[in-house]
Parts: sequence; C-alpha cells; structure tokens
Amino acid sequence: MIDFGYTLTKDRQFDYDHGDFRFLRLVRSIEPSLDVCIGCGSCTATCSASQFTNFNIRKLHTVIRRGDPESIKAELKKCMFCGKCQLVCPRGVNLRNLILAMNRAIEQLG
Amino acid sequence: MGNSVIIIGGGISGMTAAGILVQQGLDVTLLEKENETGGHLARWDRLFPDRRKASEVLDFVKAGLNQVKIVTGVTVTGISKHDYDFTITTRIQHPASSIHSQFSASALLLATGFDLFEARKKEEYGYGIYNNVITSADLEDQFKSGKGILTREGKIPGRIGLVHCVGSRDEKVGNLYCSKVCCVTGVKQAIELKEMYPASEVFNFYMDLRMFDRHFEELYYEAQQKWGVSFIRGRLSECAENPDGSIILKTEDTLTGKPLKMTVDLLILLTGFVPAIGTSAICGMLGLKSGTDGFVNSADSHTSNNSSGVPGVFLAGALKGPISIGEAIADARAAAVQLAGYIKSTTAYND
Repeated sequence: MIDFGYTLTKDRQFDYDHGDFRFLRLVRSIEPSLDVCIGCGSCTATCSASQFTNFNIRKLHTVIRRGDPESIKAELKKCMFCGKCQLVCPRGVNLRNLILAMNRAIEQLG
Repeated sequence: MGNSVIIIGGGISGMTAAGILVQQGLDVTLLEKENETGGHLARWDRLFPDRRKASEVLDFVKAGLNQVKIVTGVTVTGISKHDYDFTITTRIQHPASSIHSQFSASALLLATGFDLFEARKKEEYGYGIYNNVITSADLEDQFKSGKGILTREGKIPGRIGLVHCVGSRDEKVGNLYCSKVCCVTGVKQAIELKEMYPASEVFNFYMDLRMFDRHFEELYYEAQQKWGVSFIRGRLSECAENPDGSIILKTEDTLTGKPLKMTVDLLILLTGFVPAIGTSAICGMLGLKSGTDGFVNSADSHTSNNSSGVPGVFLAGALKGPISIGEAIADARAAAVQLAGYIKSTTAYND
C-alpha cells in the first residue's frame, strides 16, 4: 500500500450497533446490581485511587454498558480494592464484586 | 343567576370542579371546545406511577356530573362583566353555519388546560418525516388500541429509544420550563414496552430524571432493576433514517464524555406541555396575565393559587403550568371550594 504520509484517525464515538457486549453479559451475570447505577459519581469521589490517578470507576462500568470495554483492561489495575466506593453507593451497587467480575471478564475474554 | 357557575374546559380539572360545585348546590354549566369531555386523559391508556387505567379515573370523575349542564363543541368568543354577573358568548362551528349562544353566571372557573408540544417543531428529531418516530401520546393511542406496538414496516421493534424533554427545557423552541411529568411517563412507557416485548432493548435518553413525586423514584429503580431498561444521560442531538426505516440516533453519553451512535427500530418523543391555544384569547377578555412561559399567573402562587386576581374568576389545572392527574384533581377541588365560598359571600347570591 502506498504511504501517503497520513493515517485515518479512529472515530472516538461509541458505535453501539457494533459494540462488544460480551463483557457486559458476563459482568451482569455475576453482579446484576450494576443495572441500578444512576451515575451519581459518589464511587469516584471517594475512591482512593482517583485521588492520585485518573482512575474513574464510574466511567469504567459505564463504558462496558456502552459496548466499549477495551479501556478497562489497563485501568482496573489501579484499583486498590479498598471498598469505599461500595460504602458510599446510594443505590447499593456491590462495587467490590463488580470489580472482581470485571477482572474475571478480562481473564476469560481477554 | 345568583348561584350559577360557568366552567370553561371539560378536561380532568374542569370536570372535577364541576362535580364538587353541583354537590354544593350550585347551577353549573361546563363549556368544552371539543365534541367530547375528558381532555387529554381520554386518550391516555394507563397512568403513572401505578399504571392504573386512565379510564377508571375518568369514570370516577364523570360519575359526579349528572346535574352539570355540559355544552360541547363550543368556542368562547366574548366575556363581559357587570357588577357580579358575567355574560359569555360562544360559537358552535358547523360546516354550513355557526350558532351563537349566550350564558350568564355569577362566577367563572377557567380550566382550559394545556396542549401537547408540536413535535414537528423539533425537525431534527424527524417527527412527521420518519415513519418510526412517534410521540408519547401516539404510543398511548397504540397501547389503548390493544393491537401491540409495531414499526411502520409491521415488525416488533427490537430496540426502542425514548427521548426525554422534547419541547421542554429548550429555549430554541421557546420553552425554558420543565414539563415535569414526561420523565416519569418515559419510565412508565419503557416498562410497558419491556413488559410487552421482554427481548427488546429499551433506552431512555435524558438530561436529568426528575422523579419528583411519591413512588416515582421506585418506578425508575424498578425499570432498571426488574426490566433492564437502560438510561443514557445525554440529549438527543439529531437523528436520521436508514433505508429499512430504522432510525440512527446521535447523542453524547455525558457520563463518559463521548459521542454515541445507535440504531433503533422505534423512537418515542416524550412531548411536553404548552399553554392551550385558546387560553390567551380568554385571558385577554378578562384582563388576566400570563407569565413569559405563556401559562396563566394566579394571584399568588403560594397562597392564592386558584384566584385569578379578577373577583369571581378562578383558575384550576394545567392552564397554570404542567401538573399530573392527581395534582389536577386536588387543584380543581381547591378551586371549587374557593369559588363556592365566593358565591356565598357575594350580594348577588343574597338577593
């Protein structure tokens, strides 16, 4: 292929029709409380890892629901598993189990 | 004439007030511009948050109207006031001619309600252009018909979108205000669609979810937890039609800060409230003031919310702004009690 000296930039939007929902299906089967998230951000506000890095647990479990789980793979390592997110969640989402489920999804689905 | 009352508007508020006022022994005439009473409630299938049949509420209110003189198909063309007496002129429009009539009363109750926002004004959403874009009211018609909800091509919709705030919180269409009841209507309709088609995916696109009243937040929780309805925070910016009739949506998922593109088979626009078309003319006849939003201002929104400021003229219902059915009934009862008290205190009644 001829090198014209430029490349195509990948569109950064969520393309829901071509999303990867394998992660969502597995994570939801392990921890269905994910569904009642209202996106309030309490989890991220209290997160120890978020104080020092750009780790954002609210975003991570939102992107898997939008069919774009790629970014969670590197990000989840930043979680220290302290569980404060779960203590503050007003909807009772079991975040610690959710994080375990996301880790298991990464192991199983690559 | 001393104990006669005219109510303008035969929706839920006007009918409720009429029922209370005849109980008080007053002589009540109800004027309605359409050929049937019932207003918007008559076309609704089920009500939030408990999804009871709208027809049950309508039957309850109509049961109190036996002694009310109901005049349908009339437009108010003039109102004049002399001392304690009002004279109202009306027109019945027939294809060949129009009939003018006159009514007299010692007090008036305005219950002219609201209109639904005309969704065609949000041209970027494609209502009236794309076949599979319908409004929340169209959906209620279809629920009521009992025939099931299908795309225009006759298919079960595999993916459905509901768009909140259509014509509300939108200065571009001139409506800065929130219509208040569309949020919970969207949640109710999402649940009803999932109940009908459990295998279909349902998405609500919202800016805020204003679950303001008792049991509303619980309904939202139920939609997520029991029915798997997905909520995406972002206002629909535009949509387009595919050759197969499906609709492509463009919105931002504001919780992740990324644009999102999605195809749906059916798109439902949750249209808001606008002031009823005839209300401003009636306000003009009586010298009543409306706000910048076009809804009628009461004498005091906290302490005298059923008084118009003109002695003998009272206000009930959604002509003052968006409200639910339950609120309309409570407001109409309050207005009726206040109006009855006025009649009993005027000299006209004691003559």
